[in-house]
Amino acid sequence: MNFARVLCLVWVLGAASPIALAAEGNAQAQDNADAERPYKVVDGHVDRATFRGYLYYGDLCLRCHGPDGAGSSYAPSLVNSLKKMDKRQFEETVINGRKNVTAATENVMPAFGTNIDAVQHLEEIYAYLKARSDGVIGRGRPKRIGETDD
Amino acid sequence: MRSPISIAVLSAALSLSAGLMAGTALANDQLIQMSKDPAQWVIPGGNYASQRYSPLKQINVDNVKNLHPVWTFSTGVLRGHEGGPLIVGDVMYVHTPFPNKVFALDLNNEGRILWVYEPKQDPNVIPVMCCDTVNRGVAYGDGKIILHQADTTVVALDAKTGKVVWSVKDDDPSKGATGTSAPLVVKNMVLVGVSGGEFGVRGHVTAYSLADGKQVWRAYSEGPDSDILFDPEKTTSMGKPVGKDSSLKTWQGDQWKIGGGDTWGWISYDPELNLVYYGSGNPSTWNPVQRPGDNKWSMTIFARDADTGVAKWVYQMTPWDQWDYDGINEMILADVKVHGKPTKALVHFDRNGFAYVLDRTNGALLEAEKYDPAVNWATHVDMKTGRPQVVAQYAPGMQGEEHNTKGICPAALGSKDEQPASFSPDTGLFYVPTNHVCMDYEPFKVAYTAGQPYVGATLSMFPPKGEKNLGNFIAYDVNEGKIVWSDPEMFSVWSGALATAGGVAFYGTLDGYLKAVDMKTGKELYKFKTPSGIIGNVTPFMHNGKEYIAVLSGVGGWAGIGMAAGLTEDTAGLGAVGAYKALSNYTQLGGVLTVFGLSD
Repeated sequence: MNFARVLCLVWVLGAASPIALAAEGNAQAQDNADAERPYKVVDGHVDRATFRGYLYYGDLCLRCHGPDGAGSSYAPSLVNSLKKMDKRQFEETVINGRKNVTAATENVMPAFGTNIDAVQHLEEIYAYLKARSDGVIGRGRPKRIGETDD
Repeated sequence: MRSPISIAVLSAALSLSAGLMAGTALANDQLIQMSKDPAQWVIPGGNYASQRYSPLKQINVDNVKNLHPVWTFSTGVLRGHEGGPLIVGDVMYVHTPFPNKVFALDLNNEGRILWVYEPKQDPNVIPVMCCDTVNRGVAYGDGKIILHQADTTVVALDAKTGKVVWSVKDDDPSKGATGTSAPLVVKNMVLVGVSGGEFGVRGHVTAYSLADGKQVWRAYSEGPDSDILFDPEKTTSMGKPVGKDSSLKTWQGDQWKIGGGDTWGWISYDPELNLVYYGSGNPSTWNPVQRPGDNKWSMTIFARDADTGVAKWVYQMTPWDQWDYDGINEMILADVKVHGKPTKALVHFDRNGFAYVLDRTNGALLEAEKYDPAVNWATHVDMKTGRPQVVAQYAPGMQGEEHNTKGICPAALGSKDEQPASFSPDTGLFYVPTNHVCMDYEPFKVAYTAGQPYVGATLSMFPPKGEKNLGNFIAYDVNEGKIVWSDPEMFSVWSGALATAGGVAFYGTLDGYLKAVDMKTGKELYKFKTPSGIIGNVTPFMHNGKEYIAVLSGVGGWAGIGMAAGLTEDTAGLGAVGAYKALSNYTQLGGVLTVFGLSD
């Protein structure tokens, strides 16, 4: 279990233990490296983690953010958003949700911190979206490394 | 011999309805009479039969080319605007998506706002609405306007003043239940369904007293016979009694409790038979492997006694759903010829691509034909058993979890979604707004948490192989079960259609056009680009002797999710560019009512 996952669970549980804080220092350096390229893509084929990110994106996020992270009429394109937010900000937004309520618009993203599937697959969802945002994979279902073209 | 459960249910329901009988005549007859007045539009579907037809003929095939906008009204809301206005006397009632404002506009004073009702709702209900924060319209009855709010509150407003007369909470958004559907006033009750099929919410239709909001009856879509209000010996399906526990037998363990079968579509009513008709949505989850069994009574057409809610007959269209083909589309009641025989028909253009025709008196299945040639998940419907003959290659549940089942037509959004069709008694034909989209569908295991999405599948959508248009507006003949003419559209046709005695049918497009076509040939006679994509229902009315056509613009709904950024290119075998189309290149958000008319 890597340190980033410990941090996710800490957010969920609402604790601020010394272990978590110490882990945070190490996790920072690790995360900076990981965050650059959290996915593995070879010839347009993705590793298993990134593929699972595609699946769980579809399960949890597609109904608002549209297919392939491309956005809908009321939730932003994550392909664009991830160009402007880092992994920590992404995770924080997913765990805590977001409200954007004005006179003309009411866009509310729910807090996914209590959703088992969201927490367990957060890294993978990030990997998939980052690959999309970096333009390394296109729209549609990505092929897995080792999967032959049919 | 009657079972004890059914006796208890029936006697409870009868004693309640007996109390209502005294005032029964009033709201019922009043609405029937008013719905015959072509100047008004007092029921969401135009009339109780949901025919969406206008006897008006001032606007006709010869002059509709001169139609033009006469006045407009901005709702102030920027989400998907489904449904349409009601016109009661000289007042037009306009509703909005969340926050679900209701405006009363004075037609005698250039649409001056007589009153506004804006409920205070917790914005946290917004993300629990699967497919945009839409609302399909208000109902009218007994001097009251009934609004079904996103947070499932059903509120009755004084039609003259907008003041709250009564308010009742129908279900619980913290468990994922929300409200999007238009209520229906039937006799001295108002009927309302519930949304939440993507959250494991067990669907139900509830009848509330129009006078004070007290619950009269509630019928669930799944569960024991006492919950679903079935009489094991009298409730029939395909002509046979359903028997005891017809729902429970088709679910594993307690899965029926989070079974879905939500009732977020349209309700129809036959006053002579005293039956209400509606359909239920998808079973939860979208992963069929997690819920083996027929999952009754999801994906089902219900015919229920209006006073007691007890089901007279039912018919399940898509047992063990593997595609999210919700059965909630409108039930059009029409007296038409079917295979040459005059029939009291119920006609239903289902998400699954089949146009079902049943005898609405007894539920006999008369016809089930594809209304889009691209439909491929089933070859046909067996008319003896009523079951679709599923093609294994296009069945994600049969193909298994974490297997991508490819090229299924229609896509989950169906050959038609909630956007209602219309029927013309003049031509005997149905005018249907359709989607022409296919999908790859991949289910996988998910956990259930109350109030959290319970979906368990991902999909990508694209037009059928070799085709570019994502929708068609068609004329359909149920006598022979075939498409008469078909107008292709760039995008899915997501508006409610209107047929008129003037020989003109109206519909709206996702890129914002209001279009008028010749009902005989489908030839386009008029079009106008409104401020935003149209997913609302075209609505006619008359004021001071002049005919008008009104429609809400405001792109969103599921179309806004699946098409805003364009669909995925179907890379298998197509090769060339061209299939990828972004709705956002043609329209942006909006919220405007446009009223069209002719010059003097």
